[in-house]
Amino acid sequence: MEISHIEYYLPENKLTNRELSSQFGKSEYDIFKMTGVKTRRIRSESQIGSDLGFLAAERLLQNQPDLKEKIDLLLFCTEGLDYKAPTTSSTLHYRLGLKEDCACMDMPMGCAGFVYGLSAAKAALICENATCVLFITADIPSSVIHSRDFELRAIFGDAGAAVVVENSSSGKIGRFCFGTDGSGAENLIVRQGSTRQQIDETWLKKFKAEPGKLSFGRMEMNGLEIARFSLQKVPVLVKNVLQKNGLAFQDIDLFILHQASDFILTALRRKCKIPENKFYTYFSEIGNTVSCSIPIAMYHAVKEGKLKKGNKVMILGFGVGYSWAGTVIEY
Amino acid sequence: MEINDLIKYIESEFDELPRGTLQPETSFREIEGWSSMHALLLIALVDNHYDVLLTGEELKNAVTIRDLFLIIVNRKS
Repeated sequence: MEISHIEYYLPENKLTNRELSSQFGKSEYDIFKMTGVKTRRIRSESQIGSDLGFLAAERLLQNQPDLKEKIDLLLFCTEGLDYKAPTTSSTLHYRLGLKEDCACMDMPMGCAGFVYGLSAAKAALICENATCVLFITADIPSSVIHSRDFELRAIFGDAGAAVVVENSSSGKIGRFCFGTDGSGAENLIVRQGSTRQQIDETWLKKFKAEPGKLSFGRMEMNGLEIARFSLQKVPVLVKNVLQKNGLAFQDIDLFILHQASDFILTALRRKCKIPENKFYTYFSEIGNTVSCSIPIAMYHAVKEGKLKKGNKVMILGFGVGYSWAGTVIEY
Repeated sequence: MEINDLIKYIESEFDELPRGTLQPETSFREIEGWSSMHALLLIALVDNHYDVLLTGEELKNAVTIRDLFLIIVNRKS
């Protein structure tokens, strides 16, 4: 079983440090030093998450046209579904022209979503409920960030990614570890625009000067608590994933963590004592792309020759929820 | 455990700080260029060197580096 193909799509609009510098009165140097990000990609007004996911999957299928007839499970992970009903995966299925005998499921997960989705893909393959899984992730955090929230604007970027998971003689997807702590929900949340808290006239008036009037809601993040959560849970997750897979720390060729922020990645690398040459990041050009950060990093690790066939890569997702998950892939 | 070690760690982490700038009574929020990012760095630094994960409340109540040091000592005891 392997991840046989990876593709991704980034919107064309760039938010550069120069632009942030002019808006917030901080130097470009300081912005980069604080965040580790040079540019982020921002959706156009008409694009939503599924559009970015569609473009990533379309690119993948254009490169691998034979897959279209093989895919019998489509998973779509995003925090911004198109509708309350129907599932967005079914609309993507139609847009991509996939065959009819194909299951479709949405997964409204955040930064741990890629690892969760991969576990679902593996389960479907093992149970012989599917033979070829197209797993699409897409997120548009920029749509829920207030224009004056410097830290959020500086860190997050929009993206879509698509991978294919299928049975093969080479490669292996290992055992998974998961964790959840709903007490942390308030520390990273988009309240409005939901069933519990609807967008009303007062909200639209309050944010009438904002692009789109923040009509998708507004992200609120307690950075300090998110940092504490990450430092507390991820090192334990590393140990648990190793143990569950019967591996030693030295057996791992590459670690790819959710690309949360430069600060969190550095702090976790130090705390977990991961050598720099085994710690892959792809962050400075795109920022934190939520559920897309791990597949995009994997794509570039392969392209740069840092992730080769036969390598064991530990992937770890963690964030909103709180939720966290990890596994080891023999690539 | 010495307070001077904590001072050295902070000076080395905040790389714009020349050695010897900080004293036990220095109010860390008055360090030039202090931002919320520095608070995060402080939490990670203390966690890394002392295996103590400061809470937001502890950080909020601490003013000087000595205050921070005492929290760490207290948590370690």
